[in-house]
Amino acid sequence: MNLPTDVPASGTESPAIAVPAPSPTIAFGAPEETPFHRIAADFAASRIALFGLALFALIVLCALFAPLISPQNPYDLAQLDVLDSRLEPGARSGDGKQVFWLGTDDQGRDMLSAIFYGLRISIGVGVTATLCALTLGLTMGLTAAFFGGRVDGFVMRIVDIQLSFPAILIALILLALLGQGIDKIIIALVAVQWAYYARTVRGAALVERSKEYMEAARCLALPASRIVFRHLLPNCLPPLIVVATVQVAAAIALEATLSFLGLGLPITEPSLGLLISNGFTYMLSGKYWISFFPGVALLATIVSINLVGDQLRDVLNPRLQR
Amino acid sequence: MSEPTLKVAGLRTHFFTRHGVVKAVDGVSFTVEPGKILGLVGESGSGKTMTGFSIIGLVDPPGRIVEGEIRLKGRDLRALAPAEWQAVRGDRIAMIFQDPMMTLNPVLRVDTQMIEAVRAHAAVSAEAARERAREALVRVGIPSPDERLVAYPHQFSGGMRQRVAIAIALINKPDLVIADEPTTALDVTIQGQILAEVQKLCRESGTALIWITHDLAVIAGLADEVCVMYAGKIVERGTVNQVLDSPLHPYTRGLLDSVPSRNRPGAPLRQIPGMTPSLLRLPEGCAFRERCARATETCLSEPPLYPLGDRQVRCFHPIHAEDEEPVV
Amino acid sequence: MSEAPLLELRGVSKRFVKTLDAAAKIARRLGANVREEVVHAVDGVDLAVRKGEVVGLVGESGCGKSTLGRLAAGLHPPSAGRRFWKGREVDALPPEEQRRVQLAIQMIFQDPYASLNPRMRVVDIVGEAAVVHGLVAREVQRDYVAECLGRVGLDPSLLRRFPHQFSGGQRARIGIARALAVRPEFLVCDEAVAALDVSIQAQVLNLFIRLREELGLTYLFISHDLGVVRHLSDRVVIMYLGRVVETAPTAEIYAQPNHPYTQALLAEIPRLDLRHKTFVAIRGEIPSPLAPPPGCHFHPRCPHAMPRCKIERPVLREIAPGRFSACHLNDAPAGVAPSAQTEVTA
Repeated sequence: MNLPTDVPASGTESPAIAVPAPSPTIAFGAPEETPFHRIAADFAASRIALFGLALFALIVLCALFAPLISPQNPYDLAQLDVLDSRLEPGARSGDGKQVFWLGTDDQGRDMLSAIFYGLRISIGVGVTATLCALTLGLTMGLTAAFFGGRVDGFVMRIVDIQLSFPAILIALILLALLGQGIDKIIIALVAVQWAYYARTVRGAALVERSKEYMEAARCLALPASRIVFRHLLPNCLPPLIVVATVQVAAAIALEATLSFLGLGLPITEPSLGLLISNGFTYMLSGKYWISFFPGVALLATIVSINLVGDQLRDVLNPRLQR
Repeated sequence: MSEPTLKVAGLRTHFFTRHGVVKAVDGVSFTVEPGKILGLVGESGSGKTMTGFSIIGLVDPPGRIVEGEIRLKGRDLRALAPAEWQAVRGDRIAMIFQDPMMTLNPVLRVDTQMIEAVRAHAAVSAEAARERAREALVRVGIPSPDERLVAYPHQFSGGMRQRVAIAIALINKPDLVIADEPTTALDVTIQGQILAEVQKLCRESGTALIWITHDLAVIAGLADEVCVMYAGKIVERGTVNQVLDSPLHPYTRGLLDSVPSRNRPGAPLRQIPGMTPSLLRLPEGCAFRERCARATETCLSEPPLYPLGDRQVRCFHPIHAEDEEPVV
Repeated sequence: MSEAPLLELRGVSKRFVKTLDAAAKIARRLGANVREEVVHAVDGVDLAVRKGEVVGLVGESGCGKSTLGRLAAGLHPPSAGRRFWKGREVDALPPEEQRRVQLAIQMIFQDPYASLNPRMRVVDIVGEAAVVHGLVAREVQRDYVAECLGRVGLDPSLLRRFPHQFSGGQRARIGIARALAVRPEFLVCDEAVAALDVSIQAQVLNLFIRLREELGLTYLFISHDLGVVRHLSDRVVIMYLGRVVETAPTAEIYAQPNHPYTQALLAEIPRLDLRHKTFVAIRGEIPSPLAPPPGCHFHPRCPHAMPRCKIERPVLREIAPGRFSACHLNDAPAGVAPSAQTEVTA
């Protein structure tokens, strides 16, 4: 039996001719590419989404640095002069010191400054409410998915009931009971929104729960809390992030609506909605700028968030991944 | 000599991705005669599925066919307009996928789908089309076809669904059928049934068949000719007896040697060292070089596919008869 | 006096019941023909695996082999029957002991893509359990994981990477490293190589063989691939629709299958040396596990079915030393059933 010398009988022997050792093949991408890098790279593939992100970043910066960049503090009554009220965009103040780039409202407040401060309130309320609702909804959704059975049924029925009411209705009732104030608004927004997160997380958790890496974790006798928080939760985040992003916009819009209706924040802390509401009576008399510019700011905020959210949804959707 | 049903020459399908160009199919040529079965064998990343998709024109961006000739009974498929493709697909060329739910619409009844397939290509009445559908189901061995016609796909088992998919593929008596791993996900006993049906149908109707798979044993029983693919290229081509009994290319040899039935039970299997290279980072020269015990410096330049008798092999050091180890 | 088997399952069954929700219960009250759907995934199975043995568990869809594997690994509680580890009943053990048994029986999963947590680095995937259970100290986790990866043939420098950066074969190895990190004695391999390419399959199978020798492991190897099972196993168990139909040492079962289902299964495997085979198909579809045929589950497809087969469930009986088969034909005076023929045309 002639065994050829250059074909090894078993693959574990080293070949007679020197062959460079095969390097471990990496599927794609540079070393140390975390899942975050991949998501960021996919996200950046869309110019529209990048534009949305840039716009939102700009808006957030304006909101954060409002006291520094505003020509005027619109809530400091000492700085206001009622004789400056209802001036057109580009007009000068009576004493000649300021230019009101976007005009003034009926109290003499500079619209540009008011918008910056208003953005602060709107975004602040929107983001805080979203974070609180997310935490509450996440806890409820994970609990429902992990324990299943009656717990699941109970939580989901509450969610169903909650979601069958129009958001405005629930918010109005709550605010009527609680009164005005920033904390009351946030409570109302959280009460309206937590159900979306609970439902989303529960769905994702149910899918992930049946995957083999969860079985492996059980096989390794890991404690239940560890499995839920270190294994289940991080993998339920993608759909949650998408919902949260869009819901921030919805929260801002809802708060603006409530303020517009006069039920939201008090006049001392005007958000964009309140600004729009203030100027509404002047729309038909030609002094459009009092409502219009806050409206544009609100629109830009919500659109930019939605653009980011749309691209995130596509990027984080596992089915669309190559 | 009659024209081959399918002629593929120099086919190149490349994917232009963010990380670089993936040459999924890189210079593939073969012909298939009427009534013959060609086995296209390879592992993941070899390009066998993409070859099938390229022939039937289903390559989506970021991929496209950059070069090559594809002729169906002499007709140039690359020159077809989308409207002409509509007429050809399902009528002259059909495809069977690994997952039958890629063929079957879950919300439509089976008879609706089959009648649709018939009437898209022939001006017949609905009753006539239904009759043809019924015959097609009988031909693929589905019992009680009248009941099955009014059922929905989810009411069938996996094997049945695949048979319905095959029936749809064959209903218009196409010249060529491309089958992409149709039995990989099915049980052995069901696979046996489907192989029996497909073989019978091809012999009877003169349809040419390309069977794409990684399972050499299925090819052994089914195919007439075999092409072995690696990293987007054909590395060996010949009749099934030639390739399986006396493989020329070290990769083919390695694949055959690693099958458990060719090894002594309990002993370590003979294995091909290393891994398939990423198509983004192919080694210089022969793509199999880094895993091949016969590699020399000549292998740093790309070997062409050249004839050896009536066979073809892409290797500078093919295994000749005198090197042969007796089969265990 | 022979030692108790390492793992033993006695009379285990697993039923999956789809309970009726409130609406369906009301419908049933009103007279609709709505019943609870019960799947007898595993139906009264006895299985004993001795230390150092490799038992191959073979069957097609719906046979219950995956469920049986999970019962063996403790991932599902059985609906009936008992599980014994080294002769002691597991459920009767105190929680601390149960945990140790759980760690001693590890599972290798089929899908190399779904069986690794995509958001964890390899060092955590492999090392987490060992640290949590106190097998190694947190400070030496990296070194320990590096050692585990080396043992399965992976480059230890890759431990900070994420699963998506590895190929299918490499992920399979990571799964094996994860199981080995808790120092198990028994491995349940659930179609561990089914999703891999042929050349990678050979590498991973060789790894299993090597680990068996190096670490003295015992395997329950679940697969639908008879060629792989034949290569690896000492003993083979054939299942059909939740029941064991035949079990015998590997060489004997392939040479002389007794049960008609085993015969059909072996005749159906495509073989490399059979050219232009005319496939002689076994009749019929595999029945749904929701409505298995009465009596012997295989009788609708069996070429040798008798009237008795429709009524009476055949019992798994010893027909030769170490060989068990569940078929009424073995009771017949004629003895062993005729073996099936495979037609080969040149």
